Amino acid sequence: MNNEISKPTLTHAMDIEALARVQSRVDPELAETCLEVKNLSLYYGETQALFDINMKISKQKVTAFIGPSGCGKSTLLRCMNRMNDLVDGLKINGQLLLDNEDIYAKSVDVAELRRRVGMVFQKPNPFPKSVYENVAYGLRLQGVNNRHTLDEVVERALKRAALWDEVRDRLHDNALGLSGGQQQRLVIARAVAIEPEVLLLDEPASALDPISTLKIEELIYELKDKYTIVIVTHNMQQAARVSDCTAFLYMGKLIEFGDTNQLFTNPRKKQTEDYITGRYG
Amino acid sequence: MMRDWIKSGNPWIWLTASAVSVSLVLVFGLILLIAARGFAHFWPKQLVELTYVERDGATVNLIGEVHDSEIVSAERVKDAGYAIDKDQPLYERLLLKIGNRDLYGQDFTWVVRSHIQQQATPESIIAVERREWGNFYGYLTAVKQAGEIVAEGEQAVPVLEERLDRAIALHKQIRDIEKHAIGAINYGMERLRLKQRKLELDKKDTPENLQNLEQERNGYQQRYDALQHELTTLYGEIARDSIAAKSADGRLVELPLSKIVRVYYPNGMPVFAKILFYAAKIWEFVGDEPREANTEGGVFPAIFGTVMMVLIMSVMVTPFGVVAAVYLREYAKQGVLTRTIRIAVNNLAGVPSIVYGVFGLGFFVYFLGGNIDQLFYPESAPSPVFGTPGLLWSSLTLAILTVPVVIVATEEGLSRIPKAIREGSLALGATKAETLWRTVLPMASPAVMTGLILAIARAAGEVAPLMLVGVVKLAPSLPLDANAPFLHLDRKFMHLGFHIYDVGFQSPNVEAARPLVYATALLLVAVIVVLNLTAIAIRNHLREKYRSLEQ
Repeated sequence: MNNEISKPTLTHAMDIEALARVQSRVDPELAETCLEVKNLSLYYGETQALFDINMKISKQKVTAFIGPSGCGKSTLLRCMNRMNDLVDGLKINGQLLLDNEDIYAKSVDVAELRRRVGMVFQKPNPFPKSVYENVAYGLRLQGVNNRHTLDEVVERALKRAALWDEVRDRLHDNALGLSGGQQQRLVIARAVAIEPEVLLLDEPASALDPISTLKIEELIYELKDKYTIVIVTHNMQQAARVSDCTAFLYMGKLIEFGDTNQLFTNPRKKQTEDYITGRYG
Repeated sequence: MMRDWIKSGNPWIWLTASAVSVSLVLVFGLILLIAARGFAHFWPKQLVELTYVERDGATVNLIGEVHDSEIVSAERVKDAGYAIDKDQPLYERLLLKIGNRDLYGQDFTWVVRSHIQQQATPESIIAVERREWGNFYGYLTAVKQAGEIVAEGEQAVPVLEERLDRAIALHKQIRDIEKHAIGAINYGMERLRLKQRKLELDKKDTPENLQNLEQERNGYQQRYDALQHELTTLYGEIARDSIAAKSADGRLVELPLSKIVRVYYPNGMPVFAKILFYAAKIWEFVGDEPREANTEGGVFPAIFGTVMMVLIMSVMVTPFGVVAAVYLREYAKQGVLTRTIRIAVNNLAGVPSIVYGVFGLGFFVYFLGGNIDQLFYPESAPSPVFGTPGLLWSSLTLAILTVPVVIVATEEGLSRIPKAIREGSLALGATKAETLWRTVLPMASPAVMTGLILAIARAAGEVAPLMLVGVVKLAPSLPLDANAPFLHLDRKFMHLGFHIYDVGFQSPNVEAARPLVYATALLLVAVIVVLNLTAIAIRNHLREKYRSLEQ
């Protein structure tokens, strides 16, 4: 598929990309909003993990969360598809609006919400089924069992995840036989297959080797045409490379949020600057 | 020096290794012992003819196989009534299987070796395995047809062989008719009787309905009459031939061929013939029905009953245990209460099995079964259908006996499924139930199978509770047959474990039955091993399929 992406020209060197960004500067306040976080505070039992977070995540852009370990970026991400519901003793104050509807409202069907807000985890977690069945899983959940439709969707999803060429001959082999990078792309294909609006990526490349990481980054760049992507990453270069907007979180607080280029080249807050220049974290 | 050796850890390695070796030796020793004792029984033993001085000084002739020998003190020999030599402190005595229970009243006897005057193993001694009265040992004198001698002496041997084949074929035919054809008719007649009774109870016994029943009954009756006629002819034919034989003490007996299973010449048999004989005996043991209060013939109904009961138990215990484990692990709030329940479940596995038997009898048989009979089978009253011990209740009792094992194993399996897999499924819009069904349970299935393997191992060897809830010494028919509805869960059944107990300790002829106890024990072990291996094969297949856990 898309050959120009595979060429090592466009996205990989930070400086070139930074130049390209100057023209397409994103201001989350002005761009069309997909997800809005309003006064969000979160408690694990007695301990407060997030403090009064406010941010607007723009539609069809890549938003990166950076910050040191334990700063709450994964927690915030997991709020966005209510994955935190599984945690005992969790309490949330504030609102999280998806297309202006509060996802924590009582009337919300969580399964339906998660269909709209897909998620990919840190470690690849394919099911112990065939490649095909992994991708078809979400559709089968929705009751789609028509062979023809499934074939089509599986192929489209795998192509979109840049995996089709590698697995087309072994669609019915066990997905656990794929390499780590392939597995992670398979998981992305699985998420993409049910056409979510938002894709949450929780450190999707942290368990992968550099080549696989590169492929995932290319893929993210590709996917943002169709989806709103929120990515949590430890790797600041990665954030700089793939994202349009970046949020810096520290100790459960949102320190700075804005255009990636601006945040990395000209941070407004001292803490941000200290972090991106490697003084702590 | 010594201290260095202890420090090096070597003694510890030796200790642990020897523990393993001792266990291995014990297990294999046990299996070898029962295999040797059990399987030696089927080998044709030499028959010796003895001239023996009885305790009163009279001389008798005996024919028999030496079963056992032991050294006893002179005192005991004296107590037994023999005259003893003062200088000889010890005597050897032999246990002789002399057969001919119809003549002697018992088929085993002890003889003191020093009282044996003469000993020989003539080739012409015959051993006749009979359907009643055990074996006959003696000499063949003539073959008779309708009381007339057809062959005598040397010529009698081939004639007998040929006529015995015919008689055995006829016997098989008779048994087929009696067991299958007439059995089916009886079953049908009984159903008609129950139907009629039901019509009467429901006040629907209109002349029309009754006439229909009568018609059906006439059909059965006609078929029965035809079969009965056929049987009479066959009985006539099978009674045609007999043999005349002479026992060791010179008594002449006539043995009808219809009562003979096989005739052989143990002293004149070449090795190859012995091997064939041995194979035939083993085949009979595994594939035939028992005779003579279970001390002869085979144990097929017991094998069948054991396997059947274990299978039905597995079918019941697996879903039940899995469902309970899913609730405990996935839905129940983990806290003091769940922990208490878990401990209670674990302890249930330690309750003595006879307690389960009592529970099964009281709750399943009398309460559940009794109510089922009242509700659904009023027509068969006063004889119970489910209100009496049977296969269903046995399987159910063993299912509750083994359910803790399945619950524990399944819980273990569920807890080992990585959180990432569940989250992956939930993130795709699956509900918790869908995640369980589509991903978690299939992945936990190897653990479920492990639980089932343990359950089978426990259930197949359990006897005590079964004695209360369904096992019998001799079941007239198998729980699975050609009469609709084919699987008869209300029937009583035979079980290898109970068979061992029955043959070994309840049998009128303990000496004859002892080798069978060993053979049956070996068979029970073999059945359990086969059942377990099957379950293990399934589990390994599942493991292969859901390999991710090991990563």
